[in-house]
Amino acid sequence: MTNSSTKNKVLWAIVTVLVLIYALFPVLSILATSFKSPSDLTSGKFLPSSGAATTSNYEQILVGDAQGLFLSALRNSIGISLIATFIAVVLATLCAYAIARLDFPGKKLVLTTALAVSIFPVISIVTPLFNLWRTIGLYDTWLGLIIPYLSLTLPISIWTLAAFFRQIPWELEQAAQVDGATTWQAFRKAIVPLAAPGVFTTAIIAFFIAWNDFVYGISLTSTEAARPVPAALAFFTGASQFEAPTGAISAAAIIVTIPIVLLVLLFQRQIVSGLTSGAVKG
Amino acid sequence: MASITLNHLVKKYGDGFPAVNDVSIDIADGEFIILVGPSGCGKSTLLRMIVGLEDITDGDLLIDGQRVNDKAPRDRNLAMVFQNYALYPHLTVYENIAFPLRLAKGKHSEDQVDKLVTEAAATLELTDHLQRKPANLSGGQRQRVAMGRAIVRQADAFLFDEPLSNLDAKLRGQMRSEISQMQRRLGVTSVYVTHDQTEAMTLGDRVAVLKKGELQQIASPRELYEQPVNLFVAGFIGSPSMNFLPATLEGTTLKTAIGDLQIPEGKAAKAAGKKVVLVGVRPEFFEDAKLVEDHKMSNGSTFTATLTHTEWLGNEQYGYINFDPAPEMRELLNSLARDMDADELRPQVVVTLDAASRIRGGREAEIWLDTRKLHLFDAETGENLTRDAEAGAELTREASEERAEELANAQQSGEGQGHGGGFGSGTSGQAGGSPVDAGPGRAGGATAAGGKHSAG
Repeated sequence: MTNSSTKNKVLWAIVTVLVLIYALFPVLSILATSFKSPSDLTSGKFLPSSGAATTSNYEQILVGDAQGLFLSALRNSIGISLIATFIAVVLATLCAYAIARLDFPGKKLVLTTALAVSIFPVISIVTPLFNLWRTIGLYDTWLGLIIPYLSLTLPISIWTLAAFFRQIPWELEQAAQVDGATTWQAFRKAIVPLAAPGVFTTAIIAFFIAWNDFVYGISLTSTEAARPVPAALAFFTGASQFEAPTGAISAAAIIVTIPIVLLVLLFQRQIVSGLTSGAVKG
Repeated sequence: MASITLNHLVKKYGDGFPAVNDVSIDIADGEFIILVGPSGCGKSTLLRMIVGLEDITDGDLLIDGQRVNDKAPRDRNLAMVFQNYALYPHLTVYENIAFPLRLAKGKHSEDQVDKLVTEAAATLELTDHLQRKPANLSGGQRQRVAMGRAIVRQADAFLFDEPLSNLDAKLRGQMRSEISQMQRRLGVTSVYVTHDQTEAMTLGDRVAVLKKGELQQIASPRELYEQPVNLFVAGFIGSPSMNFLPATLEGTTLKTAIGDLQIPEGKAAKAAGKKVVLVGVRPEFFEDAKLVEDHKMSNGSTFTATLTHTEWLGNEQYGYINFDPAPEMRELLNSLARDMDADELRPQVVVTLDAASRIRGGREAEIWLDTRKLHLFDAETGENLTRDAEAGAELTREASEERAEELANAQQSGEGQGHGGGFGSGTSGQAGGSPVDAGPGRAGGATAAGGKHSAG
């Protein structure tokens, strides 16, 4: 027994390490590249050559030439993604709650429509949206991106949250009502705390989707007024036209990754914790 | 504390199916009412109608004389204990119990909340667990937290929806007596839904038996047991359940599949004119004829039968006699079994014999039957032809007197009496059955055995 379990552990360790390397190698490579000087980029080595490691790429995008391009894009990305996530989660919470709890005609229709919308290829909507947005004046505005992002984030939020709400015992809500709560209080005090892990998970997924979007970002914006980071990266230029902006793009990519990592670390407990255990017979 | 009146309550679902059909019950202040019946009989629906979680299609629900049909659950001031406890998993035990108090904003100061919660926790022996989360509690502790939430807010009535069905058999017995004592001590009106008849018999002041949404009979456990109103109640109450034998009546002789029985003239007269009747005999009405004292012999009738097998339980033993009814009677027995959630078993008679009896399976034996106690049922309507309504009412009246006395005692002494319910000994009136034990002692044993059966 002990023999096989040690063997198992070793096997698992090897698999884990392999997967970690596979997943993290590109990130590490970008991290290493972001510290390379322009002349060092083509050295063919993984790490910057010794003594040549530089933070000039970060300086360039944060305080240097590319500052205007990058910082405004970062601000746009954070703002637009947060607003889109917030609206999506609030709407999806109410919608999913209704779907999970109430019996109303057209319930299936709402769910299938949501699914259909999320299946629809983004690229096929971009051109009509571009024309429409220009006509009604939403082109190159935050709102002009938030609305299409909602169409991406809402369906998946509704689906995940509906599945989550279905697991929460309805008796809890009824118990709260008998205990003296109004419908709204029962929802807020008995259901929302239980749904929190689900809501956080959904919020993070929605945020990722909005944060990572490139197609809408590059098609529906033209200036720094609304251009998000993924699109802005494409507009980076080197010091001269013969110099690739690889270092700066890498630095920007690392900075863009940080909020995502922070989010996951911060809400790790809420994502993981199974709060519902013990609500009912265990 | 309040009285609750159910006045011709009807619950119809969208498809017009009446889950609860014309149920009227008067629940007195401080009374403990049990709703019992096979699954799908509407007992839970009825409870949820009282608490306000189900709409009332028709009829009136009065709490302390006030019509509350259209009031939201929170305005009815009732407390409910759910089958799955419905504890709030994100709150500690303390906050779970305090939850109803916190909802009533402004009514209680922080000190008052603390005092009430601490008191409730002390009553339920939860003081050590106040800071734990429900997930870390055992089933019995969770159940007590759920009750704590009910008692902390001084509700007008407690409603229990099969609160013990998720506990194991041993804990169930313990919690049963705790609930019983708590109810007596607090003197709070309670309605309790269960499918477990041990709970029904031991806890209830009165038991309401429901079948397919209709109230069959509401009476003290003893009246239900001794004077059932129809076949369904007779078969549902008691474990092992009452035997039903198809028989034809000729004068005072009942011709049954297990032999001819002489019955008292009074009983025969009540069933006069009916060609075919069903004889209802509780297992303990039988006895090994050799062990029946001579002066009791004349109270009954003897017959010979071959037992297929016997089961010796220490304090008594069960014997089984197979019989073969006519096809149309078999159909009737099967439909009766279906009504009661049981499988369609081959027709057999269960007899309770004294533990000392040497009767064994496969041998012919002489068995005595106390014919004074058997009931005759109309084979078509299921109505009990030999029910003595006055005797039944007398039993229920006695029970209510006992209840009043117990309530007074429990509240006087400040803590519950060790003896919960007190109506469990449904098998008294047993005196003719056993020459070895005195009646009451044996009755207790039979109840315990019944408990084992229903738990399995």
